Amino acid sequence: MPAIVRVVDLYKDYFMGDVTVHVLKGLNLSFDEGDFIALMGPSGSGKSTLMNILGCLDRPTAGSYYLRDDDVAQMTDDELSEVRSTYLGFIFQAYNLLPQYTVVENIELPLVYQGAILTEETKARCVALAEMVGLAERLDHRPKQLSGGQQQRVAIARALVNDPQLILADEPTGNLDSRTSDEIMMMLTELNRAGKTIIMVTHENDIAEWARRVVRLRDGQVESDVRNDARTVVALP
Amino acid sequence: MSINIRDVPPAPVKATPGFLDLSRLNRSVLLAVRSLWLHKLRASLSVLGIVIGTSAVISLMAFGKGSMADALNDIKKQGTNIIVRSVKPSDDSSTGSRSFVVSYGLTFRDLERFETFGDTIGRTVPMRVFPSEVRYLERMQNARLVATTNDYAAVNHLQVARGRFITSEDNRNLTNNCVLGATLADRLFPTEDPIGQSVLVRGHRFRIVGVMDNRMPTGGTGGSSAAEDYNLDIYIPFSTCRARIGETVIVRASGSRSGEKVAISQVVLTVNADFETREGRERVKAVGESIKNILKEEHYKDDWAVTVPLDRLEEAERQQQRFTSLLVLIASISLIVGGIGIMNIMLATVTERTREIGIRRALGAKRRDIITQFLVEAVVQTTVGGLAGVIIGLGIVFGIPPLWNLITGSMLPALLSYWSILLSVGVSIVVGVMFGLYPAWQAARLDPIEALRHD
Repeated sequence: MPAIVRVVDLYKDYFMGDVTVHVLKGLNLSFDEGDFIALMGPSGSGKSTLMNILGCLDRPTAGSYYLRDDDVAQMTDDELSEVRSTYLGFIFQAYNLLPQYTVVENIELPLVYQGAILTEETKARCVALAEMVGLAERLDHRPKQLSGGQQQRVAIARALVNDPQLILADEPTGNLDSRTSDEIMMMLTELNRAGKTIIMVTHENDIAEWARRVVRLRDGQVESDVRNDARTVVALP
Repeated sequence: MSINIRDVPPAPVKATPGFLDLSRLNRSVLLAVRSLWLHKLRASLSVLGIVIGTSAVISLMAFGKGSMADALNDIKKQGTNIIVRSVKPSDDSSTGSRSFVVSYGLTFRDLERFETFGDTIGRTVPMRVFPSEVRYLERMQNARLVATTNDYAAVNHLQVARGRFITSEDNRNLTNNCVLGATLADRLFPTEDPIGQSVLVRGHRFRIVGVMDNRMPTGGTGGSSAAEDYNLDIYIPFSTCRARIGETVIVRASGSRSGEKVAISQVVLTVNADFETREGRERVKAVGESIKNILKEEHYKDDWAVTVPLDRLEEAERQQQRFTSLLVLIASISLIVGGIGIMNIMLATVTERTREIGIRRALGAKRRDIITQFLVEAVVQTTVGGLAGVIIGLGIVFGIPPLWNLITGSMLPALLSYWSILLSVGVSIVVGVMFGLYPAWQAARLDPIEALRHD
């Protein structure tokens, strides 16, 4: 499997007045296409910072970040937006749906910023995605009318609408109960099986167990990197 | 649960948007409307300044223009007229003797000299005016006697209600025909038909051949033209007056009597020119100057006055321009104040919607997209506010005058100017861009990570 994400000697410093905080200290990681990675680590370990850089929302202080063959580490703001819009799908802990939009409109949103002209075709795709995540009955509902699990499913559909190469999930089950968490994780596993590369931040061991590979960070460096082959897959059909 | 992503239709081909993609703009506007709709009350309150500003501009302009137009119309009715009047000179102590009958004013020689203008002058309407009692049977009414020629009605825009006006035949044949003003006819003949009846004026009988239409008294527009009420007039042929009554007239005024010997009280000359053009106006003024020169030669006393209504027209037009620019100034101030109101609310909105901005940025929105979004929201607000102001303004322009008339009984003239509508809506849009730009820029420069973390 070729590497879809490669970070080389990644450094990230934050400057807070006179104090410089070194968050990432020469990180080297490589993620294969089609993999399902769980990023773990205590708070302050740098996993959120890494996630922001991987999500092209932030730039490293030094080092390279190759998304396929492109070094996105030093891209301009507009170019990063372009990358996010084209290659990435985001799933957040707090779902981050827009309250004024319906389910379908929320799913459509990334297409708007791709410059796509919204037609019946694009709408059909959004509806199909909503149906896929089990929200066929709630296409015109607003986020407020949905449960947490349902909102997260809308977010998953939204992350898929631009057919991304990489899905970044930041504690996707952080706000959900265990039964709903399992539903969401099952869905992500299924997406991974369908060929999507997923990088997920979590601090729960049982959630991390769903991933194929678990990377633990500590103090801005890789603490452990384990293939999770002992994972139970009986829950999947 | 089983999901199958392969059943989903493919992602659309990425479009490269053109410089000005109307369907995208359309969508931006739609999205802006939706965002604003979420906070209907706030959005409408924040554009209230714009609404009031535009409606004030439109209605003030209309009322201002309406009242101006009234005054202008009075002057314009005079068109290219030049009015030459006899003026009673102040008691000239130089002669030492104060005669009982004062002789002054325009003479027939003056009239002959005016004829040297030839084709330049279209109409020459002489008149002799003095107060006189008019009697019919036992009824008596004080009236204004006007001895004149057939052109008088045309020059003063008088309409005949019944019968006819004085004709040139009347003047040629020195007939004892007369025409009554509307009020005079009503007072002397409350029930009968005045046509064909005879009235007694200064010992002479005049047969009524016509009655004039009621005419709004002209407002005194300042300067040398006084207010005139045509409704208490009695018109007789100029030549008849000269032959029967003569030039000397004794007038009783507040118990004392005075006599005056005047050949012609007033001459109205109509210059053949178009007063809407600069050349026409110059020509009228030139004729006015020539007439003054003639009169200076002919009269050793200051017993005449020349009025060129066009002079007042130009003054009135200048006044209107000043008034208009003042209104535009007031309008700009109110619209700028409205714009500041919008900017204030927009800045608060940006803070409140920080998270939304973060989400949009994470999903691929460029800074430009965020700027566009907030700018479009501002412009949509001010445009809608401007249009609402236009509607309210139109409501005021068309709704208030009838009410005003009903309550006070007087007229409130309003004249809608279409460019004031275009101007106020245009300025509203510009205000939206001007005052939306800074909040939009504030929104766009937010750090996406910070914005996402914001609650």
